[in-house]
Amino acid sequence: MSHEEKFKSGDEHLVYMANQIATFFTSQPEAERVAGVADHINKFWEPRMRGRLFEIIEMGGDGLSPLVLEASQAINRPKAA
Amino acid sequence: MCGTDKRFVEEIDYGTPAVRSEKTVTLTIDGQSVTVPEGTSIMRAAREAGIAVPKLCANDMVKSFGSCRLCLVEIEGKGGTPASCTTPAMDGISVNTQTDRLNTIRRGVMELYMSDHPEDCAACAAGDCEMANMAESVGLKQNRYGDDGANHLAPSPIGEHGVNFKELDVSNPYFAYDPAKCIVCSLCVRACEEQQGTFALTVEGRGFESRITAGMDEPFLQSECVSCGACVQACPTGALQEKSIIEMGMPDHSAVTTCAYCGVGCSFKAEMKGEEVVRMVPYKDGKANRGHSCVKGRFAYGYATHKDRILNPMIREKITDPWREVSWEEVYAHIGTEIGRIQKKYGRGSVGGITSSRCTNEETYLVQKLVRQVFGNNNVDTCARVCHSPTGYGLKTTFGTSAGTQDFDSVEHSDVVLVIGANPTDGHPVFASRLKKRLREGAKLIVLDPRRIDLVRTPHVEASYHLPLRPGTNVAVLTALAHVIVSEGLFDEPFIRERCDWDEFQDWASFVLQPENSPEAIEKMSGVSAELIRGAARLYATGGNGAIYYGLGVTEHSQGSTTVMAIANLAMATGNIGRPGVGVNPLRGQNNVQGSCDMGSFPHEMPGYRHISEDATRAIYESLWGVKLDNEPGLRIPNMLDAAVDGSFKALYVQGEDILQSDPNTHHVAAGLEAMECVIVHDLFLNETANYAHVFLPGSTFLEKDGTFTNAERRINRVRKVMEPKNGYADWEVTQEMARALGQNWNYTHPSEIMAEIAATTPSFAGVTYELLEKEGSVQWPCNEKAPTGTPVMHMDGFVRGKGKFVRTAYVATDEKVGPRFPLLLTTGRILSQYNVGAQTRRTENVVWHDEDLLEIHPFDAETRGIREGDWVKLKSRSGETSLRATITERVAPGVVYTTFHHPATQANVVTTEYSDWATNCPEYKVTAVQVSPSNGPTEWQEDYEEHARQSRRIVHVEAAE
Repeated sequence: MSHEEKFKSGDEHLVYMANQIATFFTSQPEAERVAGVADHINKFWEPRMRGRLFEIIEMGGDGLSPLVLEASQAINRPKAA
Repeated sequence: MCGTDKRFVEEIDYGTPAVRSEKTVTLTIDGQSVTVPEGTSIMRAAREAGIAVPKLCANDMVKSFGSCRLCLVEIEGKGGTPASCTTPAMDGISVNTQTDRLNTIRRGVMELYMSDHPEDCAACAAGDCEMANMAESVGLKQNRYGDDGANHLAPSPIGEHGVNFKELDVSNPYFAYDPAKCIVCSLCVRACEEQQGTFALTVEGRGFESRITAGMDEPFLQSECVSCGACVQACPTGALQEKSIIEMGMPDHSAVTTCAYCGVGCSFKAEMKGEEVVRMVPYKDGKANRGHSCVKGRFAYGYATHKDRILNPMIREKITDPWREVSWEEVYAHIGTEIGRIQKKYGRGSVGGITSSRCTNEETYLVQKLVRQVFGNNNVDTCARVCHSPTGYGLKTTFGTSAGTQDFDSVEHSDVVLVIGANPTDGHPVFASRLKKRLREGAKLIVLDPRRIDLVRTPHVEASYHLPLRPGTNVAVLTALAHVIVSEGLFDEPFIRERCDWDEFQDWASFVLQPENSPEAIEKMSGVSAELIRGAARLYATGGNGAIYYGLGVTEHSQGSTTVMAIANLAMATGNIGRPGVGVNPLRGQNNVQGSCDMGSFPHEMPGYRHISEDATRAIYESLWGVKLDNEPGLRIPNMLDAAVDGSFKALYVQGEDILQSDPNTHHVAAGLEAMECVIVHDLFLNETANYAHVFLPGSTFLEKDGTFTNAERRINRVRKVMEPKNGYADWEVTQEMARALGQNWNYTHPSEIMAEIAATTPSFAGVTYELLEKEGSVQWPCNEKAPTGTPVMHMDGFVRGKGKFVRTAYVATDEKVGPRFPLLLTTGRILSQYNVGAQTRRTENVVWHDEDLLEIHPFDAETRGIREGDWVKLKSRSGETSLRATITERVAPGVVYTTFHHPATQANVVTTEYSDWATNCPEYKVTAVQVSPSNGPTEWQEDYEEHARQSRRIVHVEAAE
C-alpha cells in the first residue's frame, strides 16, 4: 500500500497546528495573545514537538504565523534528552 | 468473589409511579396507618405498607389504567369495589384489600382470564408469568368454562365469524410475541408510549376482538419498534417474552451491573444461570436509567461469548506472519524484553499507551500508571482524544472542570432544551426517552443539527426550532445566538455580576455585538435564516430553565473547543448554570469516556485533571510510586503516529481501542502503526488495529470483572463480575503482570484496592470506596469531605474555577473546503442498533437492523449524479476513497451527505481528513469535502484491505506448534 500524498509530513502538520493555535488567540484580547499561544504550547506539546518547532523557527520559520514567532520567546525549550 | 455469591436481586413493584407532592395524606389500609404524598394511589400506599394487592395491568413505571379488575378494594362507608390502582389515597379513609367479597370477585376475574390462557404456557411453566402467580394468589383452582367457545388460543374453524387468533410473531431477534397469551392489559402499549416514547404499539379492534399490534398490524421487526425491551419487561403474561428465557429457562441468580455501551451508563440486573447470561433487565434503582433500557444494553450482549473472541495470548515477529499462540508467561516475558530493548535503543520516550473508554476506571488508572511509573514518560492518551477532548479543554477553561454540570434527572426540571450536534434517539437512547417524556409534558425543544434528526419531529414531540446549519458553522451560529441575547438585553445581569468576571463579560459582549456576528451576517455562511436564529435565542434565554445537551457534532470540528466555550458562554450569559433543570451537558460516547478522562488518561494531566507540570501533584505520586515523574506533557494519539512515521516512536500498548478503524485518515494511522516495532493490542477480538500488531493480549468483558464506570453525569457505577473471564484474566490483572514483567512489584488483589489508591491521591474522588458504592448504589464526583455522597449538580454556589470565564469565540472556517472536485460535505454519525466501530454489536443479532453502512444523500444531489436508491457509490475525498450503497433521503440537506462508521468493510475513515481541533487535536470527523459518483462495488483499496486483514488474522494454534 502506498501512503504518499495522503497526509501531511510531520513538519507541515506541526506548522499547521501552531498556526491554528495562533488563529484562535488572535481573536482574543490583545494582552492575552502572545502569552496564550506560548502557554498553550507549553501545556500540551510534548518536548519533541517543541524541539522541532524551534528547529523550524531556526531554519527561518517558513509558514509560521507571526504570532507563533513572537510567542516562541515564551515557549519552553525542551531540555536536551 | 462475586461470581460465587448466588443471590437473586428482587425489586419491589409498587404498582403505580411515585408521586411528587409536598402535601401528604394519611389513611388506614387493612388496619395499618399509612402516610403518603397526596395523589398516590391506594395500590402504591398499600405496597409501601407491605401489602401487595393482586394486579396484572399495573406497574410502577407507567400510569395506571384500571383494566384488569384484580386490584379491587373496599373503602369503608363507600359503595362498590374501586380499582386501587386508579383510586387516589385520601385523608382518613379506611381501605380493606382482603375480604370474602373481594376474593370472590378476583377469583371470578382470574377464572375468566385463565379460561382463555393456553394450558401449555411456557412462561407459566418457567415461572415467568404473572398469570400463574395471580391465579395462585387469589386461590383459583378450577376452570368452569372449559375451552370451548370463542377464544384467542387457536384458529377459528373456517366459515365461523370472528377470527381472533393471531400467529406467533418471532420476527424480532430477541423477543417473541404470542398473542394467544395476551390479555390486552395495555401495559406494553403504555410502556412504549410513556417509558420509551416511540408509540409503536396500539390496541386494535374492540371488545373480544381487541389485540395488541405493532405498527400498522405488522410483525414487530417491520414496525417502528426500536426493541428497547420495555414492553417485554412490562408484560405480565408471557405474551411478550425474551427468546433467551424460552430457550434457557429462568435465571437462578443475578447481580446489578452497568452497561458497557454508551455514556448514559444504565444499570442492569445481569440474570444468570450458572456461567451464562439469561437476560439483562434494566434496574429501577439505577439513577441514570430509572429502569429503562435500549436494544444494545438490554439485548446485545451476545458478543461476550462470540466465537470470534480470542482467548489465548499471541505473538508474531512481523505483521505479515501468522499469529502464534503462546503462554501468558511467554507473552509477559516477551513484552518485558521488547519494551526494554526499544527504550534502550530509541530512548525512554519511544513507547506509550492508549487507555480504553470501554474498560473500568481501575483498569484505565493502571494503564496510565504503567506509562508514567513504568515506561517513565507521559505518552498516554485515550479515545476521548477523538471524541470529547474539546469538552475537557472548553469546560475547564470556562467553568474550571471538565465535566457535565447536571445529573440526568435534571431534565425533568427543564423548560427549554437545546440539543446541539447530538442525536440522542440513536446515540443515547435511554436519555432520549427521558428527554422526550419531558418534552411531552410541555418543555420546548431547539435542535441545531445539519440533519433532520428524529427528535425534530417524532410522535408527540416537535422541535420549536430546527436550525439546519451547514457542517462546520457551529461557532458562527452559537455566537449569533449570543448576539441576539446581548443585543436584545436578554442576559441575566445579576447572575453574571455575582458569578462571573464582569469585565470579561463586557469584553465578550462587545465582541458578540460586532456586526459580523449578527444573525443576518451569519445567515449566509450557515444557511440558517436570521429569523430562526433570533427565535431560538429568545426562546432559550427567556423560556425558563434552559438546558444544553451536546454531542460529537460539537466537538469533532477544527473549532471543537471554541464551540464548547461558546456553549458555556450562552449558559453563563443566561444564568442557566448551578441548579436542577439547566446546565451544559456533554453526551459522552462510550460507557467510560468520562472515567477514562478523570483517571489521567491524557498526556498532559494526572488523575483529577491536574496538569503534569504541577509539582505538588507529581509529588503525591512520586512518593507513592517511588519514581521521579516526567514533568513534560506526553504525545497525543495523532502526535504518536506522527512521531512513529518520523522514527522516534516505536512501541504502543493499546487497551480496548481500535484506532485503525475509529481514528481519522486510516492511511495515516496505518503508516504510523507500520512504522512501530512493537504494537501490543489488548482486546476481545482481533480488531482492525490488531492487523498491525505484534503482540495480542486477550481481553475480558464487563461481565467478567469487578470495577467501576463513570457515565456522562459523572456517576460512578459499579461493574460486577458475574462470570469467570473466558480468557482467564481481567484486563487489570494483565496490565499488572506487564508492570511486573517490567520490574515494578504491583500487588493489587482486587479492583477495590486500585480505587483506594485513586481516592487517596485524587481530591475529587477522596470519598469514593466500594463500601460507599455498595451503600449508595452510585455517587457522582466530586465525592469528598465537602460532598460525602457526591454532587448531582455542579457549580451550585460558585464555579469550580472561582469566577466563570467568558471567552471570545471568533468563527474560523475550516480549511476543509468544498470546491469543484469535492462539492459535497460529508458528516458522520451512528445509528441506534450499532455502536461505535461495531466490534461488539456486529457480533450480535443487532445486524438485522443495520448490516452495512449506507450513504444518505439528498434526492437533488442523487438525481444530478444518476444515483438511485441502493446503488453502489464511490465516496472520494482528498484523503481517500471508499464505496458503499446510497440511500436517498431528505433528512440531509442538499449539499450534505451522511454515513455511519460501524462496519470495517466501509472504512469511512479512509475518507476523513486529518484536520483537527486547534486546542486538542480532536479530529474533524464531522466535515469532509467529498464527491459521490456511481460505482460498481468495493474499491481496490477495500479489496486489498480485506485481503490484508484476512492474512493478518491467521493463527497457528499451540497444539500444532508443539
